[in-house]
Amino acid sequence: MTRLTDLTIAAAARGLAAKEFSAVELADACLAAADAAQNLNAFITMTPDIARARAAAADVRRAKGAALGPLDGIPVAIKDLFCTEGVQTTAGSHILEGFVPLYESTVTQKLAAAGAVMLGKTNLDEFAMGSSNMTSYFGPVENPWRGQAGQALVPGGSSGGSAAAVAAGICPGALGTDTGGSIRQPASLTGIVGMKPTYGRCSRWGIVAFASSLDQAGPFARTVEDAAILLAAMAGHDAKDSTSSPQAVPDFAKAVNGGVKGLRVGIPREYTMDGMPAEIQALWDKGAEWLKAQGAEVREVSLPHTKYALPAYYIVAPAEASSNLARYDGVRYGLRVPGDTLDDMYANTRGEGFGAEVRRRVLIGTYVLSAGYYDAYYVKAQRVRTRILEDFTNAFEDVDVLLTPTAPNAAFPVGAKMDDPIAMYLNDVFTVPVNLAGLPGISVPAGLDKDGLPLGLQLIGRPFDEETLFRAARAVEEAAQFTARPAGFGGAA
Amino acid sequence: MSLNEDDVRRVAFLARIRVPEDQLSGVARDLNNIIGWVEQLSEVDTDGVEPMTGTGGLRLPMREDKVTDGGDPDRVLANAPDRAGDYYAVPKVVE
Repeated sequence: MTRLTDLTIAAAARGLAAKEFSAVELADACLAAADAAQNLNAFITMTPDIARARAAAADVRRAKGAALGPLDGIPVAIKDLFCTEGVQTTAGSHILEGFVPLYESTVTQKLAAAGAVMLGKTNLDEFAMGSSNMTSYFGPVENPWRGQAGQALVPGGSSGGSAAAVAAGICPGALGTDTGGSIRQPASLTGIVGMKPTYGRCSRWGIVAFASSLDQAGPFARTVEDAAILLAAMAGHDAKDSTSSPQAVPDFAKAVNGGVKGLRVGIPREYTMDGMPAEIQALWDKGAEWLKAQGAEVREVSLPHTKYALPAYYIVAPAEASSNLARYDGVRYGLRVPGDTLDDMYANTRGEGFGAEVRRRVLIGTYVLSAGYYDAYYVKAQRVRTRILEDFTNAFEDVDVLLTPTAPNAAFPVGAKMDDPIAMYLNDVFTVPVNLAGLPGISVPAGLDKDGLPLGLQLIGRPFDEETLFRAARAVEEAAQFTARPAGFGGAA
Repeated sequence: MSLNEDDVRRVAFLARIRVPEDQLSGVARDLNNIIGWVEQLSEVDTDGVEPMTGTGGLRLPMREDKVTDGGDPDRVLANAPDRAGDYYAVPKVVE
């Protein structure tokens, strides 16, 4: 018999509807799986009481014939960057340890209103700044996939806990946020689906801000269909976020099986990177063949400013972060470290409360915004950002969707790349341009490398055309037949 | 452009982040590596290109200018490290 924790969201919804099991039984199975996988350190805070109460409420609704929809009674994990009323929200930082919001983020509120059952708050890189989950104050997350010699690997980041939880079969879906790749890169490194919607598709209200012109919430799941079901519940206009879009939210799940016949797929030639493993190039070629075989038309396109996306991002994102993180001053919430004067108190609090990577980015951001450097760095990066958007706009005159690798490497050992920030930043070389342009992107697990580790392919779409993206992603998923699971978590040992 | 220890001290003060004296040179090296790397942007021709501040091109929505929330100091102050009455408390600023 299939274990409850192996079910997709769609299958679990069918099982709940057919009364094969209850939402409480499903929640208990997930909580037990989380307990058994504590060594992954995927969660900062577990919320078993909330989970059981919400599951029980879902069962009551269903018994009365008033079930809410496909997410009613479905367990999900929430990145600890979403404010959750009455539940500690840390952003992976010492400076917010013990912070208990008195309000709920719009996206988690919408999921709760759809009946989803929160299991807990997942670990992440501090303030979502990282590509390995190594910068969390609450310790690194381990990828459920291990190296050939059994060595512990990172799950990617920053949404590493959410990705690890879904990959380990703790829950069928989870929430992440993606500022430069923080959903798609960990999805690729853990062998699951991860989606960053168009900027503005989901409200940012109640999400701890990193870089406000880039941040977006999105789902993790084990199938493209499940990601579509989650996004449908998360998306929509919110008066509390002035950048959230008033565009109508389409029925994403319905779009998934639309097929790719006649779809024009672009292969951006600049995404061929020096030193990229041959197997990633081979998988990318295979992805193009899969789409062609299903009736898509594949052609090469050019995004000439691709190599400048990462350096532009490392000006824009730290600049916005230095401004957003100014609020952590030891006055209104979180950590306070005493000082003789107000300035001393600020500096002590922030020096002790922020970890090394966050301090580094706030200092970079402060520098590029400071008098005398603002035009040379910050405005220059904003102009380059315009160039990057133009590249995509031009490409989308000829094609409907772009196909690229998600990351230039598979999961790497815990602790690697920590002494070389730029080497770590390069993990997001294929995902960052998508954030700068505000486009939707999705990573689909497509194969295993020579060490048996998962690799993802990324699809990039036009703004607010997630439907086409889901169709293409489903076609890749269908062809890839990626069924591998990590050893000890549903896969062969 | 290269940052020395004085520059780091100045930026750290602007950012209100304590950087211990013995870490200044290490931080300067890290920041210089990153600043040196981002300087490749100078290769890009951006003459006449507008700076991009955000995506979507949305016009900021307007709403009626009226109070819609507030009046609950206990909720606002619930996470404060220190309070005095209905106010946040901080170290003395004026003698």
